Amino acid sequence: MDAKAIHERLVTRFGDRVTGVNLEVASPFAVVAEDAIVEVAGFCKSDPALAFDNLMCLSAVDYPKEAPPRMEVVYHLLSYRHDHTFALKVHLPRENPTVPTLEGIWGVANWHEREAYDMFGIVFTGHSDPRRILLPDDWIGHPLRKDWQDPDFYNGMHVKPTAQMAERAMGGEKIGVGPFDFTPPNRHVAE
Amino acid sequence: MASAIGSGAADWVLDDLETDEMVLNMGPQHPSTHGVLRIELKTDGEVVKAARPHIGYLHRCFEKHAESVDYPGVIPYTDRMDYVASMGNSLGYALAVEKLLGIETSPYVSTIRVIMAELQRIASHCVAVGTYGMDIGAFTPFLHLLRDREKILDLFEWTCGARLLYNYNWVGGVSHDVPEGFVKACRQFLREYDAITIPELMDLLIGNKIFIKRTAGVGVLPVDLAISYDLTGPNLRGSGLPRDLRKDHPYCGYDRFEFAVPVGKGEHGPVGSCFDRNWVRCIEMAESSKIIHQALDLLEKTERADVHEKVPKRVKPAKGEVYARSEAPRGQLGYYVVADGTGVNPYRVKVKSPCFTAMSVFHVLAKGMMIADIIALIGSLDVVLGEIDR
Repeated sequence: MDAKAIHERLVTRFGDRVTGVNLEVASPFAVVAEDAIVEVAGFCKSDPALAFDNLMCLSAVDYPKEAPPRMEVVYHLLSYRHDHTFALKVHLPRENPTVPTLEGIWGVANWHEREAYDMFGIVFTGHSDPRRILLPDDWIGHPLRKDWQDPDFYNGMHVKPTAQMAERAMGGEKIGVGPFDFTPPNRHVAE
Repeated sequence: MASAIGSGAADWVLDDLETDEMVLNMGPQHPSTHGVLRIELKTDGEVVKAARPHIGYLHRCFEKHAESVDYPGVIPYTDRMDYVASMGNSLGYALAVEKLLGIETSPYVSTIRVIMAELQRIASHCVAVGTYGMDIGAFTPFLHLLRDREKILDLFEWTCGARLLYNYNWVGGVSHDVPEGFVKACRQFLREYDAITIPELMDLLIGNKIFIKRTAGVGVLPVDLAISYDLTGPNLRGSGLPRDLRKDHPYCGYDRFEFAVPVGKGEHGPVGSCFDRNWVRCIEMAESSKIIHQALDLLEKTERADVHEKVPKRVKPAKGEVYARSEAPRGQLGYYVVADGTGVNPYRVKVKSPCFTAMSVFHVLAKGMMIADIIALIGSLDVVLGEIDR
């Protein structure tokens, strides 16, 4: 099936729950209401004409400048039986984005959703293991959000010299201790 | 990290331990975890009751970096994901951006790309199979295979100056044309490789009774589980499903070449065991050699073209997005690239790494195994932690 036929099949089954579509881009996608994603994804997998048995990729994208500002979760689907692909998207608010988990439908969603939570702070309700995956457990914030700013401290350690610190260090003042000593030349180099 | 043990994980918490059970920490410095992978194992004697992998020790913010450099600037970062098979990574990214821009490379460039990708596949499988043998006690094949990998790295070095991280596949072309005499040297290498290494490998490792006993029947991955957890490449083919992007959706003109797609047959036990995955890799090494032979013949017949001809001066795609897949040595590598149409930087680059998904099925397979078999399982999935953590 081509992308147009897949979209039509989804629309006939779910009506206005499929809220948007874009067949022009290189990887066509349909936008689905967030509370319908479990139903739609389940249908995509179980319907014999679609048979999307594989979730190739689950990504999140942050769009703070769009109107309205939103987060997107993108599901790239593949059918091994029919060898066709399609993508589903869910639009979420940037404040407290929440979407139901799909790990019951495709096992691989578990880790992908953990990564989306880690990097974007999207909460997947019903997820069996909602922990960070790539960043340390005590990390604060979600770095792939577009409004992310690098922290100055991590666990009490200076990780980023501020402009003032750099200026003072260039003036020859000794700042910081241990490996976070910004004074040139580095005191830890044997003289 | 000790606090992680009890932090709301799915299967088990520390308080649930029975009297006979013990938590064993494997890694992140364990030599058989192929990088910095840490696994918590809940064990009862020698039997693993549950496993929980911890990744992220090698996280280098690839996706964040990609947003702050321009499109061609991402390519050196892609090389550093799967550092055992860099050519495959940059090729996948170049294909994704080319799809976004609507560029089609010349047949000459495509043929060079195929040669490099297949040489890289051989080199990568040499490491995969070689270290796998070493993990489970066969030291010699590793030395023989690394000898051949070294020759491939020499060819790469000759072509583009780098041995591991090449920055070779550019958007719209490749960085250097193949040098004078490359075809001859490559043929010479392949002659030795076909005549010596492959039969040697089959005799020393794959046909070895000890190896078969050690791997057949261990870590059996049913095909439906493999699809659900998105295992691809040799892992999926080892489970008996003949799916290969080079055949199904040929890119770079792979449809010009004759080659077979090996699938696990379960000759010595159930289909989808550690043996099958490694057997598939070994046959693939021979098939890659066939592809390179044909590609070299084709390269000689094709008129030499400027390899920078289609490289755009400034990469600035229109607003859009693409999800492009390619068959890297470890499976399907997917790049989701979003362009916002305003800047020269990608708006978002997401990598679907085949090792990431291969590792996500680990806890299912590990349940009920012996501790020693965990080593055999990790190696057979052929994960590279640089690509899992990105």
